[in-house]
Amino acid sequence: MTCPPVHPYLVEALEKRFTLHKLDSVPDKAQFLSSHRDSIRAVVGNAAAGADAELIDQLPKLEIVSSYSVGLDKIDLAKCKEKGIRVTNTPDVLTDDVADLALGLMLAVLRRLCESDRYVRSGLWKKGVGFNLFLLQFSGKTVGIIGLGRIGMAIAQRAEAFSCPISYFSRSQKPGINYKYHPSVVDLAANCDILVVACALTPETRHIINREVIDALGPKGVLINIGRGPHVDEAELVSALVEGRLGGAGLDVFQDEPNVPEELFKLENVVLLPHVGSGTVETRQAMADLVVGNLEAHFLNKPLLTPVV
Amino acid sequence: MYSYLEQELQSRFNLFKLWQQPPSKIPEFLKSNQRTIKAVVSNARVGADAQLIDSLPNLEIVASFSVGFDKIDLKRCEEKGIRVTNTPDVLTDDVADLGIALILAVLRKICPCDGFVRSGKWKDGDFGIVTFPCFLLQFSSKPVGIVGLGRIGSAIAKRAQAFGCSISYHSRTQKPLKHYKYYDNIVDLAKNCSILVVACSLTDETRHIVNREVIDALGPRGILINVGRGAHVDEPELVSALLEGRLAGAGLDVYEDEPEVPDPLLRLDNVLLLPHVGSDTVETCNSMADLVLANLEAHFNSRPLPTPVI
Repeated sequence: MTCPPVHPYLVEALEKRFTLHKLDSVPDKAQFLSSHRDSIRAVVGNAAAGADAELIDQLPKLEIVSSYSVGLDKIDLAKCKEKGIRVTNTPDVLTDDVADLALGLMLAVLRRLCESDRYVRSGLWKKGVGFNLFLLQFSGKTVGIIGLGRIGMAIAQRAEAFSCPISYFSRSQKPGINYKYHPSVVDLAANCDILVVACALTPETRHIINREVIDALGPKGVLINIGRGPHVDEAELVSALVEGRLGGAGLDVFQDEPNVPEELFKLENVVLLPHVGSGTVETRQAMADLVVGNLEAHFLNKPLLTPVV
Repeated sequence: MYSYLEQELQSRFNLFKLWQQPPSKIPEFLKSNQRTIKAVVSNARVGADAQLIDSLPNLEIVASFSVGFDKIDLKRCEEKGIRVTNTPDVLTDDVADLGIALILAVLRKICPCDGFVRSGKWKDGDFGIVTFPCFLLQFSSKPVGIVGLGRIGSAIAKRAQAFGCSISYHSRTQKPLKHYKYYDNIVDLAKNCSILVVACSLTDETRHIVNREVIDALGPRGILINVGRGAHVDEPELVSALLEGRLAGAGLDVYEDEPEVPDPLLRLDNVLLLPHVGSDTVETCNSMADLVLANLEAHFNSRPLPTPVI
């Protein structure tokens, strides 16, 4: 059973091998779950919807949740562990794409790419209407990363090539890493120009970007979020941007996708993307292969490819 | 003119603002001031051609607010003993940053995606841009080909490597210290990369260096990035290749006849169009302005020029 929106390649692959039910095309979900409770053995989730306690309880024959994402925040891991349900995700294959997008957002915000492109397309450049843009340099700016896992490290390695000094915050300092560690997010924010959220979403990291952090980052600072919307107190972020207390933001995720606070639409110092961090042809295919591969391994009693639980 | 530069020039010299003259009045303006003008400050768009040089008999120095000097008649300056300076190094990082920014923005369709969100279409459940066929393409690990491995080309290469990209290049001569794959002709370079970046200087030899043959070699899955000069590219050929799907996309900061941009490009979502802002950050414009001023002051104080071309 899948949750929307789903990649056609993945749907095809699943339909070939399994009996596939698409939860999004079902008019009465409660009724559907009740009538299929004994036949559903696997759930394919994603960043938008996974398997919460309620769903797990409604599917007594559930054996595996295979997520088309690396994030696990939409899956009740404790409940799965309790019931012996396996969980898999799609790590590594999307690391590069998400890191690439983080850099893309930094460059797009600082160099005002979209505003400049709109300026050309509108014909204003041709008409000789002046362009008073506040374009900022990226090279050499200090990049602060929250979460130095696979994605955080990949971002750091890329930013280093632009001579950006790297600093980070994570639950514990990483030995053997030459980047500057800060023991708190506020401290990190106060000491960097560009703050990137690249950690997993857990109860501890929910709203890790709050008013205090935003104030510390300041009117010349830029926030980049390629983690999860709930990492950021969105209302605080919006008012900081509107009031000029934050220099800019590049956001690929939002508190309540696909809803995006409309106050942001008028701002030129933000770039807003529809959660496309891993959305390349190449990577979506690799993710789909992992989902299918994990399911096949499970039903053939072979070791899972990328198990979480 | 960049306002900081204008202010400084005004306070330190006697500044004649040619850009404020209507084109028809320019010859008259030059004639009436020709005895007093000893220096010209030019830029990427407006330089010092033979005609201008000839109309200023007391011209001693042309200080360009740019690293490119394709708009300056160097030969004429040399003949007349006129010094020429430019602004190298200070803008290298910014232009290289923009080269990478263009690649990422074109492949990952950053601006169309941003437009998609701002239009409210994502909210309305119109998943057009995020479902398939999805033309968002990966950057990491793609082969990058650079035309011209000078300061800017090398800086682009260094950055692209951090994305796992293999680097190849074409230039007039092979660079012994650079361990990138060298091609002695641009068509072979284009055949063997997915992202072709123009980063060489504009000379008679490099005019239209990106022509139909090169575009065909780059192919329907290739993208072209131009942070050099518009004249590096046969623009009509580029436009028809994009319209006909013979090229996957393009990121352009320069055009053959700025600020004119070919109309058909304005409607494509697989191109990113910037108004020649490669070095236009606050930080770099200030550094470039300081260099222009330093060169002028050095000249008029008979000291060695910081960044002479000739």
